[in-house]
Amino acid sequence: MRCRELAEFLMDYVSGELPAENREHFELHLTRCRNCREYLVQYEGCVKAGRMACDEQSDELPVDVPEDLVKAVLAARKLDPSS
Amino acid sequence: MGTATPVDDETGLIAQLRAGDESAYEQVVRTYGGRLLAVTRRILDSEEDARDVVQDAFLNAFRNVDRFEGNSKLSTWLHRIAVNAALMKLRTRKRKPEQSIETLLPFFLDDGHHEERFRSWEEPVDIAMERAETRQLVRAKIDELPESYRTVLVLRDIEGLDTEETAKMLGLTANAAKIRLHRARQALRTLLAPHLAGPASAKAGETPGGKLS
Repeated sequence: MRCRELAEFLMDYVSGELPAENREHFELHLTRCRNCREYLVQYEGCVKAGRMACDEQSDELPVDVPEDLVKAVLAARKLDPSS
Repeated sequence: MGTATPVDDETGLIAQLRAGDESAYEQVVRTYGGRLLAVTRRILDSEEDARDVVQDAFLNAFRNVDRFEGNSKLSTWLHRIAVNAALMKLRTRKRKPEQSIETLLPFFLDDGHHEERFRSWEEPVDIAMERAETRQLVRAKIDELPESYRTVLVLRDIEGLDTEETAKMLGLTANAAKIRLHRARQALRTLLAPHLAGPASAKAGETPGGKLS
């Protein structure tokens, strides 16, 4: 297996869906290729980073809502015949 | 800007909504509007569209409040309505020409090795993500992804939907959704790496691609 194939199989490997035979080749390549080990770490890091950056509970996401949007929603609701 | 206050008594608030209490509508919009806007902005790259969708989502929720069964939290229910509304908007609006993602994918030499020698990140991602500025950077880089890739990444890695659900919501085959997710993650890595990598000198002298593989 070359770096190119390893990159293709990365997602299945990370999610545990890579068939056993491919996984063996994948892991053998990893033991020999420092660059692909680094790529794997960073690929997994990005998945984690995305999740952590957009955590609904994290304090820096805006919980305040623009005043004009509040007014627009409430005005639209009054005009909405089915609500 | 309105101020969000935590809702201690959801049951009471929902009863007020069902009764058509004007102040309850306002409380819901002020409490959850900001978070819903953050969610719709993540899926849509137009501020105007993101706001329209939040409005549609609230109206939809108010119309259907009788159907809210209380099995989930009100915030979770509203969140799901907003995500659906944002995806609906994506499907119906005029498609913008899509930027290519190719330049953000890894490049390989003829012998199958990576062209790039990846520099280790300066610190583990858990540590880096403890800083608000890094979290902000990651959100900004997600926003830079081409739309059809960004939406898959948001639904899978952030909203936590599985491949089948994501594919269904976007009108893709499961395989297409998988390919897009993989490319989106690789592109995000390319965008983040220059900001998270340690000093270049740390790995100086090594051959790109490695010789042993």
